[in-house]
Amino acid sequence: MDFDLARPIYQQIIDDFKKQMIRGELRKGERIPSQREYAEKARINPNTVQRAYREMENMRMVETLRGQGTYVNISEEDLQMLRKGMARAVLKNFVMEMRALGFDDEETLIMLQAEQTGGEGDNKQ
Amino acid sequence: MIEFINVSKQFGATVALNNLNLSFQPGRITGLFGPNGAGKSTSLKMISGLNRPDRGEIRVHGQAPVGCKDSIAYLPEIDHLYPWMNIKQAAGFMQSFYADWDEEKYRELLAFLNLDEQMKISKISKGQRAKTKLLLAAARHSRYLLLDEPLSGIDILTREEIIQTLIRDYREGEQTVIISTHEIDDVEALVDEVVFLNRGQVKLSGNADQLREEKGMSLVEIMKEEFRHAN
Repeated sequence: MDFDLARPIYQQIIDDFKKQMIRGELRKGERIPSQREYAEKARINPNTVQRAYREMENMRMVETLRGQGTYVNISEEDLQMLRKGMARAVLKNFVMEMRALGFDDEETLIMLQAEQTGGEGDNKQ
Repeated sequence: MIEFINVSKQFGATVALNNLNLSFQPGRITGLFGPNGAGKSTSLKMISGLNRPDRGEIRVHGQAPVGCKDSIAYLPEIDHLYPWMNIKQAAGFMQSFYADWDEEKYRELLAFLNLDEQMKISKISKGQRAKTKLLLAAARHSRYLLLDEPLSGIDILTREEIIQTLIRDYREGEQTVIISTHEIDDVEALVDEVVFLNRGQVKLSGNADQLREEKGMSLVEIMKEEFRHAN
């Protein structure tokens, strides 16, 4: 995974795990890499990985069993909240970018619907 | 914990450290950054007891550096290896000096870094010499590891090998590592604390991720931003 070095790295580690859980690539009960494995593979500071794992434990995304490893331990309810939360963040960002381009929300909505129904027509000029 | 308290050092007319106050967090990998002449090498030499302050004091784990030599491994910027030795002899030399030499770790690092004990220092490439320097410093089980420009003038693949070795070898929480370098972009993800020095003083310091969060910039960009205004 490539990190955006202008953003906190521990946050990006957490986001990466969130996405994997949302997509169903990581399911409850599955083991995730040990902190050491993760640090070596991604070539990042072990303390940074430790911070990310600790926060994921606090957010009840994962559980570390002493001597056994770290496992996905997210409830279905939390997973749905995570899913919606991340989608909302993406949407918010999208709307802001569109506004910055000078589109009002109605125009944006129309374009979004057109995009969905395969309406590529007005992109080609 | 390593502390600099009001430390000044002058070489002739050149001020190297100017009333420097600084502390290095224990159990962290700190990046020591700054332009040439900022005082990076002088600071590391002082921690390892090779230089003394003109004024002020340095405390390593509460003691004067000279008393802590056994817990400090230092990789100097200069080429300090005897050219007539092979790696095995250089390792034996280190082993005779330091009680915390870890033979098992040495063997492991040797293999990981693709070095051969029989290689003669005078015959190996610059990249291999850099790896040998790291090998000899890291093969000790030291509480403090000081690395002065371990990546300078080395090709990108060797730099990556060195960084990977440092991550593999790092003992979470126990070991304090300070790495001075110009190659900030190479160590962005390796360091968790940073100190930017300028003209013998601290320009900026803090946790790397926290600085990224506050400024929305990478460490390289923060460095450029800080020094654009400074000079």
